[in-house]
Amino acid sequence: MLKKAVGFYEHFERKDGSKSKATHYCAGCGHGIIHKLIAEAVAEYGLQDDTVFVSPVGCGAFCYYYFDCGNVAAGHGRASAVATGLSRSLPGKVVIAYQGDGDLGAIGFNNAFQAANRGEKFVCFFVNNAIYGMTGGQMAPTTLPDQKTATTPYGRDVRKDGYPLKVCEVFNQLEAPIFIERVSVADTKRILKAKKAIRKAIEIQKEGKGYAFVEILSPCPTNMKVSAVAAAQFTIDAMEKTYPLGNFRDRSAEATPPARHDMAVKALDELVVASSAEQVDAGSFTEKEFKFCGFGGQGILSLGLVLAHAGNDTGRNVSWFPSYGPEQRGGTASCSVVLSGGEIGSPTVDKPDVLVAMNQPSLEKFAPTVKDGGVIIYDAQIPVEFELPKNVTVYAFPAAQIATEKGVPKAANTALLGALIALDLIGLPEDAVLTALKDSFAAKPKLIPKNMEIVETAKGWMKAHR
Amino acid sequence: MRKFIKGNEAVTVGALYAGCEIYFGYPITPASEIAHSAARLFPQRGKVFLQAECETGAINMIYGSASSGRMSMTASSGPGMSLMCEGISYLAGAQLPAVIVDVQRAGPGLGNIGPEQGDYNQAVKGGGHGNYKAIVLAPSSVQEMCDLTIKAFELAYKYRNPVIVLTDAVLGQVMESLEIPEHPFTPPDVSEWAVQADSKTRKNLITSIYLQNDLQEKHNWLLDAKYASMSVDAAAKNYRTEDAELILTGYGSSARIARSAVDALRAEGIKAGLFRPLTLFPFPQDELRKVAKGRKILVVELSNGQYRDDVLLHLDRKEFVPVELVNRMGGMLVTTQEVVAAARKMMEAVEC
Repeated sequence: MLKKAVGFYEHFERKDGSKSKATHYCAGCGHGIIHKLIAEAVAEYGLQDDTVFVSPVGCGAFCYYYFDCGNVAAGHGRASAVATGLSRSLPGKVVIAYQGDGDLGAIGFNNAFQAANRGEKFVCFFVNNAIYGMTGGQMAPTTLPDQKTATTPYGRDVRKDGYPLKVCEVFNQLEAPIFIERVSVADTKRILKAKKAIRKAIEIQKEGKGYAFVEILSPCPTNMKVSAVAAAQFTIDAMEKTYPLGNFRDRSAEATPPARHDMAVKALDELVVASSAEQVDAGSFTEKEFKFCGFGGQGILSLGLVLAHAGNDTGRNVSWFPSYGPEQRGGTASCSVVLSGGEIGSPTVDKPDVLVAMNQPSLEKFAPTVKDGGVIIYDAQIPVEFELPKNVTVYAFPAAQIATEKGVPKAANTALLGALIALDLIGLPEDAVLTALKDSFAAKPKLIPKNMEIVETAKGWMKAHR
Repeated sequence: MRKFIKGNEAVTVGALYAGCEIYFGYPITPASEIAHSAARLFPQRGKVFLQAECETGAINMIYGSASSGRMSMTASSGPGMSLMCEGISYLAGAQLPAVIVDVQRAGPGLGNIGPEQGDYNQAVKGGGHGNYKAIVLAPSSVQEMCDLTIKAFELAYKYRNPVIVLTDAVLGQVMESLEIPEHPFTPPDVSEWAVQADSKTRKNLITSIYLQNDLQEKHNWLLDAKYASMSVDAAAKNYRTEDAELILTGYGSSARIARSAVDALRAEGIKAGLFRPLTLFPFPQDELRKVAKGRKILVVELSNGQYRDDVLLHLDRKEFVPVELVNRMGGMLVTTQEVVAAARKMMEAVEC
């Protein structure tokens, strides 16, 4: 019992001070015993080269002084999150999270709880001594009713401070954990039982079976301000009443390690499909700025997208920016599209060359912003009760009417695309625009013929009426 | 090879081309498409994607995976970034490489999901506790959302330091043409410091605690020297600055608006140029001083002068350079016309 465990360093060189063979723990503290049980189990299973130990904040902050394996020191309460990160990045390895009652039960409860619920492949050793140690004897979530601590000087008042947190009982409500047990290191008999549970939890990690949780009741004479014997007795007499010892769950016999990545791995080029169009020279294409606006659901954003896709696939630089913030309120949607041969400045079009408006509020709002010499196309159904700008060519185009007559009232946006093509406002090859339109119906190919028909009708109307 | 793609998705594409192995994140508008595309693409590359319980969980998972040396990233926006500051301080203290993308939204508090650049100080000055710096990169196009994400991994591993890609809701939501990157980044051998649960790395320790004051100070000096050495990677881009009398400056989407304003000002005969930092820490101080000498500066930003303060800080104190600010907040964008008007006013002031 007194021999140093093989899993420990021979000398604790990371420890401050000269006593490189003694631990930093107080006399009568349970941490040393728990460390030894863990170190023995890791060494006996021959896992030292395969193990990462995550130290918490609290008295266990310096676990890495002792354990001769890979060590990572976590922030307060975060050991289970850090262990999750390690376990996910080191599949097949053994990860140990070591946490105290304040660390796990208070500040880091959700991290620990959610890791347990996900069934992360690590073991969490939860040391419950019913008090904060390192910070100076304050109340822990596991402090017993009426127990005096630095922050409950008159005793823990359950009406004010709540009740002792029974973590094993809470975690036992979850589906994923493989193993949950509460043990104690208050006397020899209990230590032997603790040793068994700790070994089991490590074995589950060795076999990659899943999440294991071992709560260990442990005496803290220093912060209880009692003798080592009295602290151990408190652990047995008082703590076990609230925290009964025993195994809550052991599904290790039936558990099999599930494979997490069973998806076929693809090449990057296969996943990120790109167009092979060569970039068009800056000089040969004049930049064009569009604003599309209307009610949400009129297909304003997708109309802009068709243009932008066509631009990209013919080697132009393009940007498409959807309306944002206050503009979005009142159900009005808009998007800015820039087609350019060169580098695009602001993707938010403040002064469009072409404005396409499908409802009254947005026509009224954006019409004054159109550049001199620019074009406004709006749906002829919009009542215009305001003055449209001079020096701008305006078309009242029956987009909704054409779409409705073709039996697809929702395709008024497609009709507007036809109008843009007819007026040669896009500056891209027509077939590229039509290909982009077809591509936009990739999920509903049945709609393609009708939409192509609408484009043709729209073009015809515009050519006849321009 | 060009792909028409959303800025947020270009981040994921960049991460995959960089060889990123692990994504831990928590949803938040306007950054969520990064998580959506990572959730879709990472498993198809045999990489890990996991939705964490909160941003605190996510950044500490990153701390764990970065401890193993695996290329790890997360993305968030203002409120989530505030929660991540704890973990970023730990990453910096323990000298771990990780990439964190901040798609800035309007704040403070819950604010709204519109574009703003109010997280500048949080990112650039170190929003968490202690003497640390994150490297901060500032993309201003979909292309740079991808390219600077790759660059972020390079710098994270070069310096063993967290790198923040500081972007905003405009760049996250805008769709543009992306030239697919060609040269993937190969991370260096990490076995000297990483903890990989093998015999080679068994003696390694990842921690940020130095119990003795003198050792903690020594660690701080070491970090400080590292941060100073990063100046070689400071970068900026100039646009039409050669003969400029007025320098507009901004980063991210502000720089895009400023670029349009430069062209508009030139069209009316005002010689304007644009100075655009690609790295906010290390700040391209030399480049700024060179371009600012004898000129006036107009700062364009979507925050309350946070970036302007840094411009002032980095200008040569021996030279007088007039600096003005044109800005909007709350999700409102500065328009090109507002910038032009402010620039005109500044140049008229010269003539008086």
